[in-house]
Amino acid sequence: MGAIYILWLRELKRYVRSRVQIVVSLGQPCLYLLALGFGLGPVFREAGRGSYLQFMAPGVVGMTVLFSSVFSGIAMLWDRQFGFLKETLVAPVSRMQIMVGRTLGGATVAILQGTLILLITLIAGFRPHSWVAIPAAFLFVILIAVVFAALGTAIGSVLQDMQGFQLIMNFLVLPIFFLSGALFPLTGLPKAMAVITRIDPLTYGVDGLRGALTQLWQFHAAVDVVVLAGIAVVFLSTGAYLFSKIEA
Amino acid sequence: MIRVENLVKKFGDFTAVKDISFEVKQGEIFAFLGPNGAGKTTTIKMLTTLLHPTSGTIELDGLDPTVKAKEARRRFGIVFQDPSLDAEQTAWENMDLHGVLYHVPRKLRAERTEKLLKLFELWDRRDSYVKTFSGGMKRRLEIARGFLHTPKILFLDEPTLGLDPQSRNQLWMHVKNLNETEKTTVFLTTHYMDEADRVAHRIAIMDHGTIVAQGTSAELKAQTKSDSLEGAFLALTGESLRDESADSKAAMRQVVQMWRR
Repeated sequence: MGAIYILWLRELKRYVRSRVQIVVSLGQPCLYLLALGFGLGPVFREAGRGSYLQFMAPGVVGMTVLFSSVFSGIAMLWDRQFGFLKETLVAPVSRMQIMVGRTLGGATVAILQGTLILLITLIAGFRPHSWVAIPAAFLFVILIAVVFAALGTAIGSVLQDMQGFQLIMNFLVLPIFFLSGALFPLTGLPKAMAVITRIDPLTYGVDGLRGALTQLWQFHAAVDVVVLAGIAVVFLSTGAYLFSKIEA
Repeated sequence: MIRVENLVKKFGDFTAVKDISFEVKQGEIFAFLGPNGAGKTTTIKMLTTLLHPTSGTIELDGLDPTVKAKEARRRFGIVFQDPSLDAEQTAWENMDLHGVLYHVPRKLRAERTEKLLKLFELWDRRDSYVKTFSGGMKRRLEIARGFLHTPKILFLDEPTLGLDPQSRNQLWMHVKNLNETEKTTVFLTTHYMDEADRVAHRIAIMDHGTIVAQGTSAELKAQTKSDSLEGAFLALTGESLRDESADSKAAMRQVVQMWRR
């Protein structure tokens, strides 16, 4: 237990200590929120769908959690490069504990980032349908964070160098974000697109967040929770397996 | 304390370690010497559970590290060839994290950390981030960290690489000191012959994956009729050069001069 705690704490310390990093990583979601939120607002309203900011704010929260959690897993590359990973791999604790500590740490950081951006959307004018919705929304923030932190750990265990990072970013993380319905409604899409959006795990996270905050559901709360929990189990076991295979 | 028998490690077609056997006694300082690519680091990695041997047996304090990896890991400390500190944390935090990973109880952890940081002259800088440390300070911190959980065996893989003579001197002084006071068995590799000569009780020389000679520094010198360990080392590992060159003695002399410079 001690090992899990100390590695979790390490991730948290790293986050709190890099204040510049916090501001930088909030920049992108803010840009989406302001440029798209206000920029596409008039078009969205004209189409009779109401306020776009209201629609996309939960999506931007989901995006922040996605990016933050995947990156924390890939940050393992740095630990490999600077050698710290080896220190944990020769310690008399199981690989499982190391993996769980790191992943939970990454997920916690992602939850904090998501909370910050949720506060920013509130400042920008986003209003949840009721304040009781916030705890329900947090359930989905946590689920998204765990799913993608586990994915990050799995990827980080396999990647050998920084070149792979761009590849993951362009061909995995960005598609997961853009195809999740974070920015557009999932109704009336072409058949192929509808299928793709439904195999994207983030779709269910964004739907859960949006449903909880604005009562606009594509699926059902129970469906979202079950799907996300299922994927979390799959990604966590994959991550644990790949992490156990790392050779120092 | 360490017993290795007929150890072999193959990477595909390449055999990095060819059937080596040796023994290190409790409380001994044992040096592993050899040119680059001789198989020293591969051997250390197998001893420290990071690599699985292709065949052969290893015993650390009576345990087989390939079977009881966790129990074996508790018993040794290791300082890797390249750094393994967390640069974004302070010296104290690095020590504390290590203590937690090695199940050192909280109170003992604090005591040992203080003692070791003071000994390695890092106590004043305990709250500074490791990224602000010089190369010598980082090495000292790593070695202090290696001793934190009172290991029975400490592995040092080229710990003085890239350090100035002052730091090297001081570092070996501390290691010798702890070897005497805490009875820690030390297994080290280095390229500096003078260090091995001064610090190690016994020496094994490795080349092309095999151990070409082992014994005390005096025995190795006598065996090769050299007046220095460096001479003995070159006499033992320079063989391949002799095969390739027409005038063997000239080539040898050249190498010796290169080393002396």
